[in-house]
Order: sequence, then structure tokens, then C-alpha cells
Amino acid sequence: MEVARHWRLRKQRYTLPEVTPNDVMGPLAGQQSMSAANGAVLTMQAERVEASRVTTGEVYSWTTVFNPPFDFEEQAPYFLAMIRMDDGALLTAQLTDLDEEPQIGMRVEMVTRKLRTDGPAGMIIYGYKFRKNL
Amino acid sequence: MRDVSIAGIGLTPVGEHWEISLRDLAQEAASEALDNAGTTAVDAIYVANALAGQISRQEHLGPLVADVLGLRGVEAIRVEAADASGGMALRQAYLAVASGAIETALVVGVEKFTDLVASPRQSALASSLDAEFEAEQGATPAAMAALIMQRYLYEYGLTLEAFAGFSENAHANGALNEHAMYRNRLRPGMFASAPVVAPPVGLFDAAPEGDGAAALVISSSEHARDMGAVPVRIVASAAASDSLAVQDRANPLALEAARISARKAFQQAGLGPDDIDLFELHDSFTIMAALSLEAAGFAETGQGHRMARPEMIGLGGSLPIGTFGGLKARGNPGGATGVYQAVEIVQQLRGVAGKNQVEGARIGMAQNLGAMGGTAVTHIFQPLD
Repeated sequence: MEVARHWRLRKQRYTLPEVTPNDVMGPLAGQQSMSAANGAVLTMQAERVEASRVTTGEVYSWTTVFNPPFDFEEQAPYFLAMIRMDDGALLTAQLTDLDEEPQIGMRVEMVTRKLRTDGPAGMIIYGYKFRKNL
Repeated sequence: MRDVSIAGIGLTPVGEHWEISLRDLAQEAASEALDNAGTTAVDAIYVANALAGQISRQEHLGPLVADVLGLRGVEAIRVEAADASGGMALRQAYLAVASGAIETALVVGVEKFTDLVASPRQSALASSLDAEFEAEQGATPAAMAALIMQRYLYEYGLTLEAFAGFSENAHANGALNEHAMYRNRLRPGMFASAPVVAPPVGLFDAAPEGDGAAALVISSSEHARDMGAVPVRIVASAAASDSLAVQDRANPLALEAARISARKAFQQAGLGPDDIDLFELHDSFTIMAALSLEAAGFAETGQGHRMARPEMIGLGGSLPIGTFGGLKARGNPGGATGVYQAVEIVQQLRGVAGKNQVEGARIGMAQNLGAMGGTAVTHIFQPLD
């Protein structure tokens, strides 16, 4: 059982767009990236996150997972993607509710779904996935 | 800082060694390296391993390896940096010897993959990714490589066939290497018709995980001259890090840690890409081979795939890579990989590489990556005399 580990990620998993830089985690929270060109540290600003209620983006890349990790077997095969959010952030997440092969550039929106069950007697772990824009 | 050389080497074949345990693999490779160096007098042991805790339920590898070698009492520590553990362990030994704190060190890379199969092994492999942002989404290293490769194909208007030459080269070289996991050449059409692992990654893009161990005896160059075998000097040792999660990179198609570590290594050695006679790169997936060539300065951005031709990367090419089969055909022994790379370069520079020999090789470079390049370790080697 890993209850505390998942409990402390609840904002990231359930309300990702509302996470602020003062929260612990998140690719949107104070994310830094190193500019290959000049070595300058670019901070994706707090204002962007605070102003953001972004739940949409487009598929940056995708694949299909046929050989899943433990606890993901019953979902396989599943689509895994990187999503370029409309505010510029990049997220790795599963695509869901999709009957067709994804395409790079496909518009998607965030939804909350079950990620996995932590073993037969464990908690059900929910989090974000993305579906094609309705 | 003192001058440092490799005085002894040893390795086991990479493969599915159902009958050999983690400790026996380590013992076999390390004993061979000590014999090669003509010594058992080591002052420290660095054990490189990525996943023994999960796969063999065995942490605390330092005393395990010291004990099995009859070296109780010698300080011993495990170094973990995913599949860059081997390169990182070599670097730790290099730093210890260069500083003068340690006279002679033993580096033992060992990985025992095959005690787990299917999804439990995938879970172990996925622990080298970002647990919260990648693995918890159901990602595996193969899936992350596929995401990078899919975008690379899209950005540069390529098809998977552009990468066939990396796999064909690896198998051609592996076919000559008695320690290789796969000794079959790829016939025409095999690459294109391979089963899909995670699209676009196919079976012949992905290096197979195999059990194996390799070892190095590291000493001051002054001391190494008096030991049993032809010493090979470590002329550069550099490591760098990148974001663990690929999503946090400014450009997911660039291996920034690989670029930084290669640049630092070239600076230390006073050399450049044109000076390198052979390059043992980290071809865990063909896309990683292309990105490694770009990051190390052997190809322009987006052009790494253009090197996948025999006249460039073959044993007689302008920059031979994976000269004993690389991860793809020699096999991917996880945390031992970086030690295998160094052992193979020493064989090349000693001129004892047999059918895999790169004629006239004088300067060899190894680049060892952890998972999707969060860690990169680059070494450059030359004969001591």
C-alpha cells in the first residue's frame, strides 16, 4: 500500500491546471528548462500557471504500449502520448476514449480517469488522461 | 590530478544466463580483469548495477562482490545511474585514483535481468523514468523512446527505414563477437518487417536486455605500466545530467546531458569529433543512437540518421560505432553497459579485438546514457604509450 505517496499528488492528478508554483509538484509549477542556445534558465512563469485554466492541447507525439508495466496489464494495449498544452507545457499522459489511431496535432482535452489499481487489494489511483476534443 | 589508466579487463557473454546468479556473473568478470591486470591488490571496488534491488531482491552489492572475490575488508560501494551506472562507476573510480586517495580500483558492472519477465520486468525498467510524471502514466523506456522517435520522424519527414542501418551494423558486428547475445546478421527486409514493440519502435530498433558482467582494473598510469597487460589511458572523463522527465526538456529531441558531457570530455582531452577513431554509443534504441551522434557533435541536429550507413559506422567506416555489436546485438546489460563499452574500447586500442578490430584505432570514445538521457557519461581513451 502506498496511500501517502498518492495522496500527496492529489492536486497534480485531479486539478493539474490549478496547481500553483507554491504547490509541491507539477510540470506547470515553476517549470524550468535549459535553453540549449544560450544556457539561460527560462522559468515558465507563475503568472501563466495562475492565469491558466488550460485543459486542452494537441498531440505532440504518441505510441501504443503493448508491453505494459505491472498493474497496467488489463489496459494494454493503450495509447501513450505527449501533449503540448495550449499554454506551452508538455505532458506525458495516456489517451483515452479513442477509437482511432491518434495523429500528431490532434486536439485533445484533459479528463480524469482511473490510472491503475495498486494491486488486487490496493487503492484505485485516478489521474489525468486526454481524450479527443468533443 | 594524476594520470589514470585501465590495467585489466574482463567480461562475460551477454545473454539469458538462467543458470548463473548475479554474484557469479560479477565474480567471473572481475576475476578475469584481475588476472588480466596481474594483481589482486585493489584498494576499492565500485559495483555498477541498475536494478538488482527489484529484480534479484538484492541491494548492498558492494560487500557482496568484495566477498565473492575474496576481497573482504576492501571498501566497496554500488553506483546506480540507471543504465549509465557502468560509465558512472568508471568515473567514480577514475576520480578516486586521479585524486591519489586510491591507488588501484576495481570496477564491476553486473546486471541480472532475466529473473523477471513480462510486466514485472517492465515495471523495474520503468523505475528509471520519472515515477510521478511518466511511469505512473504507464510509460516504459520503450514507450518513451517511441514518443521521441515518432516526433523525430514527423519533424524531419522520415520513415522508420532511415534507422535500419544502425540495427544492421550492430548485428553485422555482433555476428563476429563470441560474447554477443545475438550473432545473426539482418537479412534484407528483416528490419522493415519486424514485429512492433511500441510504434514506431520495432523489434530491431530496441536492444534486448541480457544478463552480463564486465570489469576493469583502474590504476595510476605510473603503476599500470608495471602491471600485467597493456595499459590504456583515460584521457577524459565527464558526466552531466538532464531533466529526468522528457516532458521537462526544452527540446525533447535533444540529449542535453550527452551534449554537455561530450563537450567537457573533448575539452579535457584537447580533442574534437574528427579525432575519434571509434565511438561506443548507447544504442538502447536506434533513435538514441541518432540522438547520441548529434549530441556528441558527430552529426548536425536532425542529421544523425544519415550516418546509418556501412561506409560511415561500419568497422571500416569513418566512425565505427557498436564495434562488438553495441547494445542492439552484443546485448543490453543494463547497469553494466558502460563497463562493457570501456572493455571493448580497450580491446580495440590494444589491437586484440579479433574479427571486430578497427584497423589503426588509436582513440576511442564511449558514451553511456541513463534511461532517456537523464544521465550521460562520456569517456575518451588512448593507449598509454
